[in-house]
Formats: sequence, structure tokens, C-alpha cells
Amino acid sequence: MREKTTNEKAGREKTQVEDIDRSLYDFRNEEKDVYKVEQGLTEEIVEQISREKNDPQWMQLFRLQSLKIYQSMEMPNWGPSIEGLDMEHIVTYVRPKTKMSATWAEVPQDIKDTFERLGIPKAERESLAGVGAQYDSELVYHNVRAEVAAQGVVYTDLESAMHGEYADMIRRHFMHLVKPNDHKFAALHGAVWSGGSFVYVPPGVSVTIPLQSYFRLNAPGAGQFEHTLIIVDEGANLHFIEGCSAPKYNVANLHAGCVELFVGKNAKLRYSTIENWSKNMYNLNTKRAVVEEGGSIEWVSGSFGSHVSYLYPMSILKGRGARMEFTGITFAGKGQNLDTGAKVVHSAPETSSYINTKSISKDGGISTFRSSVTIGSQAAQSRAAVSCQSLMLDDISRSDTIPAMDIRTRDADVGHEAKIGRISDDAVFYLMSRGISEEDARAMIVSGFADNVSKELPLEYAVEMNNLIQLEMKGSIG
Amino acid sequence: MREELLQIHQIHANIEEKEILHGVDLHIRAGETHVLMGPNGAGKSTLGHVLMGNPRYQVTGGSIVFEGKDITEESADKRAKEGLFLSFQEPLEVAGLSLEGFLRSALRQQSGKPLRVWEFHKEMKKALEILQLDESYAQRDLNVGFSGGEKKKAEILQMLLLKPKLAILDETDSGLDVDAVRLVSEGVQE
Repeated sequence: MREKTTNEKAGREKTQVEDIDRSLYDFRNEEKDVYKVEQGLTEEIVEQISREKNDPQWMQLFRLQSLKIYQSMEMPNWGPSIEGLDMEHIVTYVRPKTKMSATWAEVPQDIKDTFERLGIPKAERESLAGVGAQYDSELVYHNVRAEVAAQGVVYTDLESAMHGEYADMIRRHFMHLVKPNDHKFAALHGAVWSGGSFVYVPPGVSVTIPLQSYFRLNAPGAGQFEHTLIIVDEGANLHFIEGCSAPKYNVANLHAGCVELFVGKNAKLRYSTIENWSKNMYNLNTKRAVVEEGGSIEWVSGSFGSHVSYLYPMSILKGRGARMEFTGITFAGKGQNLDTGAKVVHSAPETSSYINTKSISKDGGISTFRSSVTIGSQAAQSRAAVSCQSLMLDDISRSDTIPAMDIRTRDADVGHEAKIGRISDDAVFYLMSRGISEEDARAMIVSGFADNVSKELPLEYAVEMNNLIQLEMKGSIG
Repeated sequence: MREELLQIHQIHANIEEKEILHGVDLHIRAGETHVLMGPNGAGKSTLGHVLMGNPRYQVTGGSIVFEGKDITEESADKRAKEGLFLSFQEPLEVAGLSLEGFLRSALRQQSGKPLRVWEFHKEMKKALEILQLDESYAQRDLNVGFSGGEKKKAEILQMLLLKPKLAILDETDSGLDVDAVRLVSEGVQE
């Protein structure tokens, strides 16, 4: 009798947990009074976006030039299929019915509720120095703590910054690191980008608590093309967090954001991302950092959502002694093909890089890890290490590792280590023999596998990641 | 007569189509200590794993009754909750899962109630002392980087905290020094 009660209780708990998960990200708001452009991509649409956004003239020209490049380039054919993405049907600009506010009280109720449910205002109160919140194509909220602003730190949207005192700085940096001709979706981004954040940390300033931007795509069949431009000046220090999610729709959504990070001499930037797009999303995102002498970039990257992802943050170690560390985890479940990894270019002496990734695939999910390490002839006494581990949870899932290395100097220390494995039945039985259910035993092994990544994440994201793993693992037996 | 704790009737078990156990009978009453002896490959470890419900082995005949309940078809976690424990000859390593975190989960699942943390820490500390393991072992990843002897001690540590009704100790003495074996034996008596 008792046994039965326990089982029933367990069954109930399980249902509840799944319900909570769905509602956590997968809730939609009705579209009302929004302004949006027609589906597809034409010169008229790009001009319309430019007008709506009150671009300076150089930006309008930049957009049109990018559109030409986009039209002249081929779709990538070397990665997961993106045939399901029909650009003729993507709406590239959706403006919510509001202006950007600096207080949550001014944000329309349904949008505010969205971010409340995602825990953003709470995190802002408790553990962040500033928050930007984007809804579809535009920021609806941007605020930075007064004491941080008093240090001269700028954290705002790019659009208004383009018209203010940082206009020149933006013009000198915007898409200089990721040029529109880099690939087709970088060109697309150049043409229709909207929203994102601009951060400038002046020399020697250390921002001790993180800034966070959150990107939410609510409109079905739309694209989100936010641009994040961060400049950390000499000797400064910043931790920036990026989060993203969307409700699930039956039509394809597209995310083609762009992140450009400039890390000055002896400066330090940590860039953490948890991406949890819905599984109808094509996530074709480009991120790049350039690091000057003695500076360092640390990437922490969690990829959980999307239908298809192409994501390989790149670091250019430009100055002597520049460093990069990349810690990433990718979890590909049913219907997901996630192609992720990291790139690094060592172009100065005594630079060092460490790429450490974990990937998990289950229920037929495909996870591919690509890495590219280039050590130029001028990068003597540089060190590079790549370590990737993959865990496949069943026979129908797939995991691939594609490392590339191009070493042009004899005077470098380069290492690579790859391990692909399955979850050990013996380990599952071992945990079960102590009274742990099979489902939990598997979840514990997978969480353990991801542990060194979750340790790098900000606490609330580590908790979220663990929840995601637990939820993905629920009902994985059968 | 004391109550029957475990009754094994005519157990037959295979691994990969090969029969290892050809009809084993064994009755154990509460408080008794039984020693299984035999050469390598006699099936001692197999019997332990079959009793614990390792899915690697197929039971092709017979039954296992624990405290009057037939557990032949039960999964390993259910058997553990009934009070069975198997100390592994070669404990598995699980990266990223601390010994303490693991034991907390196991105890929570065993009782179905939230853990009384203060009491848990007290017992954990005591068990570590008995086994002369440094307190830092509680925070280390389960069995990862443990020496052979430390793994065996960690098995007994788990046993002391889980308090099974019946423990199957598969060559637990190998790799332990004489004092530890004595302490472990006392723990088993409890």
C-alpha cells in the first residue's frame, strides 16, 4: 500500500515539474499594436527599418551595402541543414508597442510579466549591476546602477548611443570585427540588425557585479538580430551575461545576432551566455573578441535550445601575452542539430588559449563540436589546449568532433584531447544500488558530466542549467 | 527462531546467455553472518549482483524473497530501499558528483523525506573518523582519484550512513588494513 502511494506521489511530482518547465519559457503573449515589416527581405524593407530606427546616414548606407553582400553570398553548405529556414517568410523587424524605459513600471504589463516570469527584475535587484531587456526587435528596458554609471561605465542601447557622445566610437567599431562579408548571416545582420547593447568600461574601472542583457523573441516567424558591442578599455574589468529564450511556434524563427568584444591592454572580460531558444529556432549567431596585450577573454557558453545552431565564438589574441579561455556545454535533444565550438587565432607571442567543452546528445539529437586553433608565425611561445568530451545517452543520438589546427611556428605548445562516450550502465546500476531511481541516476551522471561548466556560470544560471538537465532527463527511459 | 531476512530459492542466472548460477539456495536470518568462499569464477560476485538486481544478469529461474517479499523482479533502487546493500568489488567513478551530494540524494530517496542536515553531518563525520578518511573526501567526486583502499572505505562509509538490513560485502577486506577491517566489522555488527 505504502509503495503505491509513493509511486503515485512520484508520478504527480514529475508531471508538475514538466508543467513548470513548459510555462517557464514556453508562454506567448498576444501580438497587439506591434509595428512590423513585411515578410522577406528587400531594399525597401531595409530602408523602412532604417527609417523607423532613425539611423544616421552612414548606418543606412551600411545596411544597404550589407544587403547587397547578403544577396551575393551562398547559403552555408558545410553544416546542419537550414533548408527549413525560408527567408521569404521571416519578418525581420517587429517593434513592441512601447519605448525603452529605465523603470520596469513603465514597461507594458504583458511584457513586464514576461521578464518577471524569466526572473530578470529579481536578478537585477539581487545580483546585477545593470540590465537590458529586449523584446522582439527593440529594447524595452535598460538600466544601470547609479554607482556603476558614476564610474563612467556606459551601458545602453546602440541606437541611442549612435546619436550621442559615443557615436564616433561606435562607428569605428561596429562590424569591424565581424564584417558583413564574413558569411551570409553576418551580412543579413548588417542589413537588418536591431537592438542589443553597447557597453563601454573606461580605463582601470572594475565592474564588480555583472551586467546582463536578456533577449526574448515573442513574435512567430520573426527574426531577432541584436547587436552587442562591448569595449573594455585598458586595465578595466567586466562580467557580461547574455540570456535568450522564446516560446515555441510551428513556424521557423531566426536568430542572427552579432557580438563584438574589444578587450584592451591588461583588461579582462568574461562573457557568459545561456541560450535556451525554443526548438523551432535557427540560431545562426556570430561572436568575436579581440584581445590586446596582457588582456583576457573568458567565454562561458551554454547551448540548450534551438532547432539548428551554428555557433563558434572566436577570439583573436592580438597583443603579447593575451589569453582566452572557453568553457562550453551543448545539450542536443530530440529534433536538435547543434553545431557549436570555438575558434582562436594567436597572432602575438606568449598568448595562450584553453578550450574546454562538453556536449550531450539524446533522443536522436545531433551535437557537433568544431574547434579551430590558428597559431601564426609571429606567435612564438604560445600555448593552446583543446579538450572536448561528448556523452551520448542512447543509440539513436549522434556526436561528432571536428578539430582543426593550423600551427605556423615551431615554438608553440599545442594539445588536443577528445573523448566520446556513452553513459555507463554499470555506473547507473551503482547509483541505483544505493536507492536512487534509474531516471535520477542518469540525471546525476549527466549533471556531473556538466559540473565543471556549471561551476563557471553565475549561480542562477547554474541552477537553471541543472534544472534543464534534470528536465531533459525526465522520461528519458523507456 | 529469528525471522528470515533473505530466502534464495533455486536461483539460476545468466550473463550473455551463459549460465553462471545453477540453482543457488540460501536462507539468512537477521543477525547472522554468512561467508561465501570459493575459487575465482565460482559465482560469488555474480550472486551479489543478482541479489542487488544488476540488469547485466538475467535471472532465468528461482526467486529472491527479502523480509517475506518477493523481490526477484524488483529494480536495484527498490531493493536498496527495502534494505539491501552491495559493497562493490570495483566501485564506479562518477565525475562531478560529490560523495556527500550522492549520499544526501540516496538518503532522501530512501526515506522520501527532506534530509535532516545537522544529523547527516554528524553521522558523516563519525563515519569518516571510523574509517580514518579525511573530511575532504566528502566533497570529492565519487570515487574519482580514490586509491583501491579508499574506494573500499568509501563503500563502507556509504553502508554506515544508509544502514541497510542486509549488506553483501564483496571482497571488501582486500585493500584495507587490519584496523580498518576490524572497524568495518564492528560497523557491520551494528
